[in-house]
Amino acid sequence: MPALPLPYLSTFAKANHLLRSVAICITTLSTMQFAHASEFPMPDMGKLTATGGVSQVEGAGGGGLTPWALITGYGTRDSYGGNLHLSHLATQDYALRNYGLALGIADRLEISFAKQEFTGSKVPLNQLNLKQDILGVKLKIAGDALYEQDSWLPQLAIGAQWKRAGSVGGLSALGVSNVKQLGAKSESGTDYYLSATKIFLAQSLLLNGTLRATKANQMGLLGFGGDKKNHYQAQLEVSAAYLLNRKTVIGAEYRMKPRNLSVDNEKAYYDVFVAWLPSKHFSLTAAYVVLGDITIFNPQRQHGPYVSMQIGF
Amino acid sequence: MSHSSPLRHLLAFACALMLTSSPLQAQQESSHFAQLGSMEGIEKIVAELIPLIEADQRIAAQFKDTNMELLARQLVTQFCQLSGGPCERKGDDMRSVHKGMKITNLQFNALAEDLQIAMEKQNIPSSAQNKLLAKLAVMQREIVSQ
Repeated sequence: MPALPLPYLSTFAKANHLLRSVAICITTLSTMQFAHASEFPMPDMGKLTATGGVSQVEGAGGGGLTPWALITGYGTRDSYGGNLHLSHLATQDYALRNYGLALGIADRLEISFAKQEFTGSKVPLNQLNLKQDILGVKLKIAGDALYEQDSWLPQLAIGAQWKRAGSVGGLSALGVSNVKQLGAKSESGTDYYLSATKIFLAQSLLLNGTLRATKANQMGLLGFGGDKKNHYQAQLEVSAAYLLNRKTVIGAEYRMKPRNLSVDNEKAYYDVFVAWLPSKHFSLTAAYVVLGDITIFNPQRQHGPYVSMQIGF
Repeated sequence: MSHSSPLRHLLAFACALMLTSSPLQAQQESSHFAQLGSMEGIEKIVAELIPLIEADQRIAAQFKDTNMELLARQLVTQFCQLSGGPCERKGDDMRSVHKGMKITNLQFNALAEDLQIAMEKQNIPSSAQNKLLAKLAVMQREIVSQ
């Protein structure tokens, strides 16, 4: 076998390490199952409050708009944890409802499932109804956002979100029942992202940067790819949060988006938020979100309040 | 490239900043000690913390054979030193002290949580709480062995 150049060897070693971690995740879970076959293993709720983030709008652990590198829930590396979330965003002319379930395993792997429903209330989009299902996976690959306070290195995670847009409701007058008729190239697509999150605890600060490769139009609600562009584009998402106290976090987020459709001059999303985490079993996030104008059929810039509730277990 | 005059000024400024930064840092550290209420405040925090540890089912068993008075004195010294106060912790490093105790992340975090509650009860500002937690967080890799 020809000798591998050194950088590849080290990559290989890292990949090996990663695979081992995943194997540990799986064996941890399965041994927990078998060791206590009579009783279902209980989540340990062992992480510190807020260190699992809240539920972002696509179901992953993160801020409101953006996935973070933190693994959702309060399970330590010896356990697991999860949560249910329910959120509602209301702008002048639209509403976005979202609910889902997420699981964090061994503080390493996150699996999430979310459903989004987007509805309109202003003519001609007053009957508009868009739906989307999102399956998310996230894997922590390096670092620890909390424990490595003597290092600048953030916690890193890679993730994917498989999305499938439902049929378009409320546009039958225009003869539109499918996102492809609005210019999208596909009803389903996958986003891939790399997140870096660091908690600067001495400064009570959390910073996150996420780079997402995506073809999604309005997160996927309007399908994937379009008449203007149909290739993956890297989009930056950033969050900054301040830990007011053990149970309260305030912050702001910004999320760039591609512009693939002629019928939608899609804009970046941004928000300011306050998250209240009175216990590890319950959190409430309130935000004010700006979505920009959505489709050429309604040129008004959309903004409004967002509320999200998370039940943790 | 020649060193232009503005660049030299900038370098000089940076050097001056670096020279002054160490006393400045020391001053900040001592103010962290003050934010915790100095020696008296830290003693109160630890006095608040000890019963929380003893009542915490996640970690109480780990401390059942511990001399809690001695532990309290050690914690006071440690928090004093970590916050830049006039104390020096003597004895073995954290890794040797916790060797063989099979401490988990859950237990490490439980103590951090109890400390947060203790500091909250003593009305320590959250920013000062987090500064102390930041110093303790790095000890995770020395303390957690399970």
